[in-house]
Amino acid sequence: MPESNFAKFRVEVFYRKDDPRGSALKNRFIALGYSIDKVYLTDNYLLNIDVEETKIKEAAELLIQPVTQDFKINMPYNPDDFDYCIEIGYLPGVTDNVSNTVRESLEDFFKKKPDKERSVFCTTSYFFKGELNKKTIQSIGVELYNPLIQRIKILSKDEYISENGMGFLIPVVNISESDSVDRIDLNIDEESLMLLGKDGILNSDGTRRGPLALDMLSMNVIKDYFYNEEKRDPTDIELESIAQTWSEHCKHTIFASSIDDVTEGIYKTYIKDATTRIRKEKGYNDFCVSVFTDNSGGIIFDDNYIISDKVETHNSPSALDPFGGAITGIIGVNRDSIGFGLGAKPVANRYGFCFADPDNEAPIYRNKSHDSKLLSPRRIMEGVVSGVNAGGNTSGIPTPQGFIYFDDRFKGKPLVFVGTIGLIPRRVMGESSVVKRAKDGDCIIIAGGRVGRDGIHGATFSSEALSSGSPATAVQIGDPITQKKLSDALIKEARDAGLYNSITDNGAGGLSCSVAEMAKESGGFIVELENVPLKYNGLSTWQIWVSESQERMTLSVPENKKDEFIALMNKRGVEATVIGKFTSSGRGIVRYRGEEIFNLKLDFLHDGLPKRTLFTEEIVSSHESIEFNEPEDYNEVFHDMIARLNICSFEFISTQYDHEVQGNSVIKPIQGKGRVNSNVSVIRPLLDSWKGVVLSQGLYPSYSDIDTYWMAACSIDTAVRNAISAGASIEHLAILDNFCWCDSNNPTRLWQLKKAGKACYDIAVAYGTPFISGKDSMFNDFKGYDKDFNEIKISIPPTLLISSIGVMNDITKSVTIDFKFSNDLIYLIGLTKDETGGSEYNAYMGEKIRDSRFIGSNVPKVEPDLSKKVYKAMETAIDERLVASCISVERGGLAVALAKSSLAGMIGCEINLAEIKSSDILRDDILLFSESQGRFLVSINPENKDKFNSIFSTLPCSCIGSTKNGSSFEITLDGKKIINTDILNIEYHYKKKLRKY
Amino acid sequence: MAKPETLIIAGFGLNCEEETAFAFKTAGASEKIIHINDLIENKNILDQYKILVFPGGFSYGDDTGSGKALANRLNNNLNDEIRKFIERDTLILGICNGFQVLVNLGLLPLLDVDIKAQSALEYNGTFRYQCRWIDVMIEKDSPAIFTKGIERMHIPVAHGEGKFYAEDSILNRIESLSLVTMRYMKAGVRAELEFPYNPNGSINDIASICSPNGRIMGMMPHPERGMFFTQRDDWPLLKEIYLRDGSELPVYSDGLKIFNNAVDYFK
Repeated sequence: MPESNFAKFRVEVFYRKDDPRGSALKNRFIALGYSIDKVYLTDNYLLNIDVEETKIKEAAELLIQPVTQDFKINMPYNPDDFDYCIEIGYLPGVTDNVSNTVRESLEDFFKKKPDKERSVFCTTSYFFKGELNKKTIQSIGVELYNPLIQRIKILSKDEYISENGMGFLIPVVNISESDSVDRIDLNIDEESLMLLGKDGILNSDGTRRGPLALDMLSMNVIKDYFYNEEKRDPTDIELESIAQTWSEHCKHTIFASSIDDVTEGIYKTYIKDATTRIRKEKGYNDFCVSVFTDNSGGIIFDDNYIISDKVETHNSPSALDPFGGAITGIIGVNRDSIGFGLGAKPVANRYGFCFADPDNEAPIYRNKSHDSKLLSPRRIMEGVVSGVNAGGNTSGIPTPQGFIYFDDRFKGKPLVFVGTIGLIPRRVMGESSVVKRAKDGDCIIIAGGRVGRDGIHGATFSSEALSSGSPATAVQIGDPITQKKLSDALIKEARDAGLYNSITDNGAGGLSCSVAEMAKESGGFIVELENVPLKYNGLSTWQIWVSESQERMTLSVPENKKDEFIALMNKRGVEATVIGKFTSSGRGIVRYRGEEIFNLKLDFLHDGLPKRTLFTEEIVSSHESIEFNEPEDYNEVFHDMIARLNICSFEFISTQYDHEVQGNSVIKPIQGKGRVNSNVSVIRPLLDSWKGVVLSQGLYPSYSDIDTYWMAACSIDTAVRNAISAGASIEHLAILDNFCWCDSNNPTRLWQLKKAGKACYDIAVAYGTPFISGKDSMFNDFKGYDKDFNEIKISIPPTLLISSIGVMNDITKSVTIDFKFSNDLIYLIGLTKDETGGSEYNAYMGEKIRDSRFIGSNVPKVEPDLSKKVYKAMETAIDERLVASCISVERGGLAVALAKSSLAGMIGCEINLAEIKSSDILRDDILLFSESQGRFLVSINPENKDKFNSIFSTLPCSCIGSTKNGSSFEITLDGKKIINTDILNIEYHYKKKLRKY
Repeated sequence: MAKPETLIIAGFGLNCEEETAFAFKTAGASEKIIHINDLIENKNILDQYKILVFPGGFSYGDDTGSGKALANRLNNNLNDEIRKFIERDTLILGICNGFQVLVNLGLLPLLDVDIKAQSALEYNGTFRYQCRWIDVMIEKDSPAIFTKGIERMHIPVAHGEGKFYAEDSILNRIESLSLVTMRYMKAGVRAELEFPYNPNGSINDIASICSPNGRIMGMMPHPERGMFFTQRDDWPLLKEIYLRDGSELPVYSDGLKIFNNAVDYFK
């Protein structure tokens, strides 16, 4: 092997006392059933720096905590007692943040720049002692590493000693793609053209470069364009670029296409037009500032500030590398804030995860080999949870709002929703902060991270179902510190100094999308591609152009501010490079070392995508009529319900996500002495203002099994209602949509989509809550094999996440879910109906009776006219400080809401179900667990009773009991106690399910 | 009254500088946020300041150990200036990541003339980031300026590496000089290592220590996140109590006192 693949020095850092990580790992593996006595770790630094060993020794001092740690140089650490050693490091080219930090420290110490590509590499070694053999240590290894991004080496103690440790091999990137440009002949037969569109450009060795995701319709339009207008063959970089720009991921082709009678498409007709109509109806009270056009949507916060919001999904990458996918997702959506207007400061993150049951261990495979096993739901959950932890916490952005939801149909593809709220002054340098103006002659500058092969084909990849062809290069790992430096330099300094005219994020499609997108403002661009800074050599030109390497922003900087801008960036440790100029030529041009390799009409690139017509096919979902008797033991049912995955505490996530940073937390993710997860948060983005921002979410995948119209309607109602429950005003509340669909080429799935779209329009317009931003992910299907290698397809249930964002005037009026005093009156507001279809209760009863969930048919429906009156009344009651606690009744119905408020306050209650005023006579279980929308459970000071009643005098409102001194929790009907338990029991059941995490 | 000039360090992943500056401003200081690179480029500006603050955050992403890489950067570039700074009648406060930096720099506990690391803030006992509200008792005998007159505080922590550790000989000196300024507590007494009251497993329930002259202090809890009434985790309950008593809602909370003490020192 060539010498250059080995490091000159290997520094191993170890603890002189117990390594705290060792005991944590030991416990984790014991919990997984391994027999382990002891775990030791070393952090290893493989250094290729041309200095004396004595100098390396001084440098190594920088890498240890001298009180607790020590190091060895070029001598393996040898703990007294171990059986096996596992070393894990990254594969070549994978982002390695620790190595970057170490390189910076060494540069500062030696006062000279070490080589960026091959000077520093980090690995971790785990020394295990226990009852282990070759097989068990290998399965431990599989737990510890992800083969898509990491490499592993396992040695027994004897081997470790005879081989003198783990060795000096380093993962240098060794690629040498040709930098010549290929011309692609499109005058080929239909089948070849189809293959080209589906699997990508043919390499000389017969392999293909990966999906372009262009169908025949598009391929033919491209063929015609080059034949008729350019009169030449396209280059590979042109074809790749068109594929990125036209991808489902970037163009949302399904939402844009004519569908049945909805000729202008779902997006225009149901989403955008809803917002247009609402804004018109609001007139002077319209609070929207920037909708749908920018990286985030923006609404007015106060006279001087705008608040922005964006929610993204990062599903496909998270299925492959949960940690990398999730961290890339969260810091990626942060850039949608940094790239909103002239740059909004991220002030809060939100999340939503849909997983399969973490106890579901049946393996599934991407292809017919054992190596292609998908990560287990537990691994995916743990990885995703810690990815958002690392991304959010490290960036100093609070993460107050989120949820988790479980359904085994998320086993093939989890859903990972991540969102970021931003704050930006309404005017910057005297001009509107949300108008971007890249000008003819401005420099195109990219700032932040360098370009590698990361995420190539990410945009086209997420437009395809996950199967064995999924490219590992789609996996990226975020680097929050590089981005933090970039973000601070831009938003805290360059923006307010007026150093740039426009800014956008590099996300899907990389430069090919960000430059072309921004060029719409000026009318054209010329890029000199060799100026793009690379992580390593050997990338081909098309890869540089479409790479999705993270932590980069593209800016339009006037020529006369260029030097000042670059100097400021460099001073903040941020790399910034001029790669070209914006023009007004109407064309996008890319040159590489003088040669023109890309020259397209911008109009064709942006608008050439052929309009498609989609047709739908109605399906009647199999509304099974289910019949089961009312349970005899309600105590058992009640305790089981609050222990269910979709209802129980997920405090382990809330407490590991910093929700206090920036000091803006008001209403928190965990509420009351009893520590219950709430479904709404309030932040105070400006510490010298009393105004607050209210955040919530709504999502009901299980309702899609009955009717996607009501699924969507309930998601909106819940997101709105939750926000109202904490003190938001429906007059200043906006929503965001994230459709995550499946198999979207299937006309029946499109029929479901259309129905959901219609509901979005109807309910949003009825409430006057405009959509301000959205994002969709249409192919959340897994095609592969089950444990016996039988073919399977797992599609997620059609899912719509609605996120709400509202502004409240006085944060001191916000309300939490916990009962506050004994002898307060408890009210149920809104109508309770026989609506258990798709409910958590039906799922539970089905699992109990026949081992698979019941669905039912009575899906909850929304009555927006009535609910709007209820919400406005609640707003008044909260504004007059009449409400001591308020919880929006959600999944699990009244019984779960009561359990949560009671446990949160550590205050018991006595409830009489007979007091619920309802239109029809109902079974007790339906009263308790129906998921009827539009309802709140509140407690009030008895002194406020009259005032409270008068506010709700014409609305459905029932006083159903009172809080009690002591911890007993009783629900009676007609004098009979049907639930009789206490707070401690409720706490035990509510918190037991995910306790081990 | 002159407002004490206060410098809050920023950059490289520190992230609490704005709210910390806001807290000092609210307490009456004249505050300024300065990027480390600007300070290194213009070292003498430290002479103009009376209070130096290392705020919370994730400097260098906690890579190679929290606070370590930033301490290296300061050591490599500002060693003499920081020595000069502490020789004057000045204050230094390190919060969370700032505390970790001070420990790695050897500015805490600063038992000897020779400045070197004598203690450590290790991974939490749970090996997990902990963001939660806790109670600390203030040690009356501690010489710390920042905690004068405070008995206890309800205040949030948010960290992955906050478990204080020192070898017995060092720990004994810290305790005998009363350099522990805050300890985690449960129901009015020491937490005795019980999670989550002691959120990280800190030895002797240590949440904060100071230098023997009391002018340098590091603390894991975040006073700037507990300076307002509405930042508290229990404020909605307290609000309801105040409302039923007919009393006004307070504006501030415990954390502000730390900043007030710093400003008052220069009165």
